[in-house]
Amino acid sequence: MPLRDRHAETSPTNAHFSSAVEMRPMTSDSSDTLLAVRGVTVRFGGLVALHDVELTIRPRTVVGVIGPNGAGKTTLFNVVCGFVRPDSGTLHWRGQRLRRHRPHQLAKLGISRTMQALGLFAGLTVLENVMTGANRHAGSGTVAALLGTAGSARDERDLRERALAVLEELDVADVRDALPGSLPYGVQKRVALARALVAEPDLLLLDEPASGLSSAEMDELVGRLRWLRESTTVVLVEHHMDLVMRVCDEIVVLNFGEVIATGTPERVRADPLVLDAYLGNAADGEERAGA
Amino acid sequence: MNTIWHLVLNGISSGAVYAALGLSLVIIYRATRVVNFAQPALALISAYLAYATTKATGSYWLGFAVALLAGTLLGVLVERLLIRRVSRRSELSSIIVTLGLLLVLQAVAGMIWSNEPHAFGYAFDFRGRFSATDLFAVSAVLVTAAGVLLLFKFTPLGLRMRAAAFRPEVAKMLGVRVGLMLTAGWGLAALVGSLAGMLAIPPFISPNVLDKVFVFALTAAVLGGLDNPVGTIVGGFALGIGLSCISGLVGPELVPLAALAVLVLVLAVRPSGLFGRTIARRV
Repeated sequence: MPLRDRHAETSPTNAHFSSAVEMRPMTSDSSDTLLAVRGVTVRFGGLVALHDVELTIRPRTVVGVIGPNGAGKTTLFNVVCGFVRPDSGTLHWRGQRLRRHRPHQLAKLGISRTMQALGLFAGLTVLENVMTGANRHAGSGTVAALLGTAGSARDERDLRERALAVLEELDVADVRDALPGSLPYGVQKRVALARALVAEPDLLLLDEPASGLSSAEMDELVGRLRWLRESTTVVLVEHHMDLVMRVCDEIVVLNFGEVIATGTPERVRADPLVLDAYLGNAADGEERAGA
Repeated sequence: MNTIWHLVLNGISSGAVYAALGLSLVIIYRATRVVNFAQPALALISAYLAYATTKATGSYWLGFAVALLAGTLLGVLVERLLIRRVSRRSELSSIIVTLGLLLVLQAVAGMIWSNEPHAFGYAFDFRGRFSATDLFAVSAVLVTAAGVLLLFKFTPLGLRMRAAAFRPEVAKMLGVRVGLMLTAGWGLAALVGSLAGMLAIPPFISPNVLDKVFVFALTAAVLGGLDNPVGTIVGGFALGIGLSCISGLVGPELVPLAALAVLVLVLAVRPSGLFGRTIARRV
């Protein structure tokens, strides 16, 4: 998948979100970092959902964010996506600070996300669902945003072809004209993944990609994640320890909104704090993962 | 037999207007769950502007173009300046704002152009059974409806408008500018609405001229399913033919009663419309 440099941040077509991105490069650790989360704190009323969270995502890695329910994993995703504005702390994308970025700018930045609840468009066919994910390649001015990719029939065909190619890649092209509601859950999950992949993202955020999958489907997912790492960067929130240990290069453990451990699967597995907070209740965790 | 045929033809031409005005309601309802009660007023103002233009220049078609343009612009402005401000609170707030706007705009029209009816010309010759004007109305509505349906089904804009309607939060994340899609939807709806106005208003324009047409259009939309553009177009024509037959065979005084009966019956028996899909959405 050709990913990088097709959408250099400085290109004039990206002007509409330039306000969200500080153009001054950061001095430290910008060379080998795709996404940096620095000291992010989020409070919902009296509840501290995230406290001083640090996260560094290097390109071409698979990073797992784990932790018990309510640890703040999804909140962290929502901060990265711009749905939740942190009370303090900063986000840096490719060394540039993201200021007040909005969800609709994500696609242009090269960030795609799947949702825990999938979020497929019920009244759109599978193919149409995936085609909405290809927006990154549309122009960004008001007119272009109205008409789509310059509005020409050729672009419309391109969009369709790219969406079909991704569906084929994920073995779900045969249901392209079906409505998502009529499909088994595992297939719907692939459609959601296809919709995230069709934009050829530089960063793919997966919210519980393994929940509800059979063990065969899980094996397939492992293979797919390893294949994805060849071309992009993946961050996943997951309950299934088995999956996380098998595919992740790095694991971040959250507990009560704080990062309690970071490192390779081996290191995290051996960390006494983690054992205490999470792995000690592994059976409990499995149960919750099924829920 | 001849009478029936005559009534059906009559019904087709008035049904075209109900279909178009109903379609303009459906476009907005689908995107925002709001029934735009201000739609007839937007069409009314654009028709008054057409009336003024035609009076000044003598050209019916220049007035026609002004009406469509002004209608679109009014739709865009209403969404940007009014609806966007209140829509966050609840759908009901938006609906009440459109109701208020209806009253205000009708009053403004009365203040500017007076409440007296003014002569308002037809596009073509209106004499005879299924006149040139009737033919124009039916074909203009069919072409417009086909255009709207093709736009929704086969263009990137339509795809994004539908995506934004189903799940605005997810659509945003995929790079769809949901606010812009809503504005586009209001503009498109008001464009179709002002076409309906131009077809429905002759021979006389006055501030309340579209009230009855609006009730019938709303009935058509409910009949076809407020969610369903094709159903609404079919519903519009069916209602037009049905009401025309009732008017001719039973009596014109029963027409509004019949429309209300249809409305109540459909809402009681099939609230999602005769052709609507029964999906629970966005509760």
